[in-house]
Amino acid sequence: MTPSAIELPVTAADRRIARLAALAIGLTLAEAAIPSPIPGVKPGLANIVILLVLLQYGWRAAAWVSSLRVLAGGLLLGSLFAPGFWLSASGALVSLAVLALAQHLPQRHFGPVSLSVLAAFGHIGGQLALAGWWLLPGAALLKLLPIFAAAALIFGAVNGVIVARLLARPAPSGRQSATCIPPSIP
Amino acid sequence: MLLRAGDVGVLLAGGGLVIALSVLAWGGQRGDTAVIRAAGQVVKTTALTHAHAFSVDGPLGTTRIEIEPGRARVAADPSPRQLCVKQGWLTQSGQAALCLPNQVSLEIHGRTAAYDTLGY
Repeated sequence: MTPSAIELPVTAADRRIARLAALAIGLTLAEAAIPSPIPGVKPGLANIVILLVLLQYGWRAAAWVSSLRVLAGGLLLGSLFAPGFWLSASGALVSLAVLALAQHLPQRHFGPVSLSVLAAFGHIGGQLALAGWWLLPGAALLKLLPIFAAAALIFGAVNGVIVARLLARPAPSGRQSATCIPPSIP
Repeated sequence: MLLRAGDVGVLLAGGGLVIALSVLAWGGQRGDTAVIRAAGQVVKTTALTHAHAFSVDGPLGTTRIEIEPGRARVAADPSPRQLCVKQGWLTQSGQAALCLPNQVSLEIHGRTAAYDTLGY
């Protein structure tokens, strides 16, 4: 009997998505270390990566990077399938849905800042909708809504400006990261 | 260019949303109890927790009160000008609907009263 080997073809796009997802996961982990007065109020740094991917490689790639970030972030933070994971997942899902619509806004008038703010509102909206419906049904969340919305507005705008600045920079001539060719196994 | 015209619009709309939510969430003390008086006497005190309705009799006829989670209203009243019915739903602590001809009043109370006393 010969051992059967399953070989999965890996395209350059796959490698790119993996690399960008790793970047987003890194930012998620770094952000988890930042203390926050209210759970849920976070800068959302990984959204910078998601937005860059959306604007450069399209919505499908952004959806892949976002899903991988949520899944691997949950694995690494030990919250996989815990309530926090589902909140993160629903926020990412609504945010992606908002971006799917918002990317068709005329680019002449709506730049990365618009996309970022809308995505941030989608993110917190998705999280709060799930929290209000599943985790904390009742009026308790209502009092915190303005804080969450203000955080989404501020962090969304800041992230959007960062994305706009990164995109406005002239493309670097050299590679920024090493190629993803695995070392040959002897 | 960092900010385009639409971006400013989105930011302003977001700011408006934040302000609207602040007013909605913190604008006033939401009531949690309805106190119904007929001819000056408290006839019923009920929590604004679940939907129900009941009737109070006055000199002109029957006043119908409706309670829903977080709000209450006078649904029907025999008074000629229907002022208390037109007030609609009451949500904030301290709000009151007075059906003077029928001597029935509906008042919302919260955990902390917004006013010490109200004179009409």
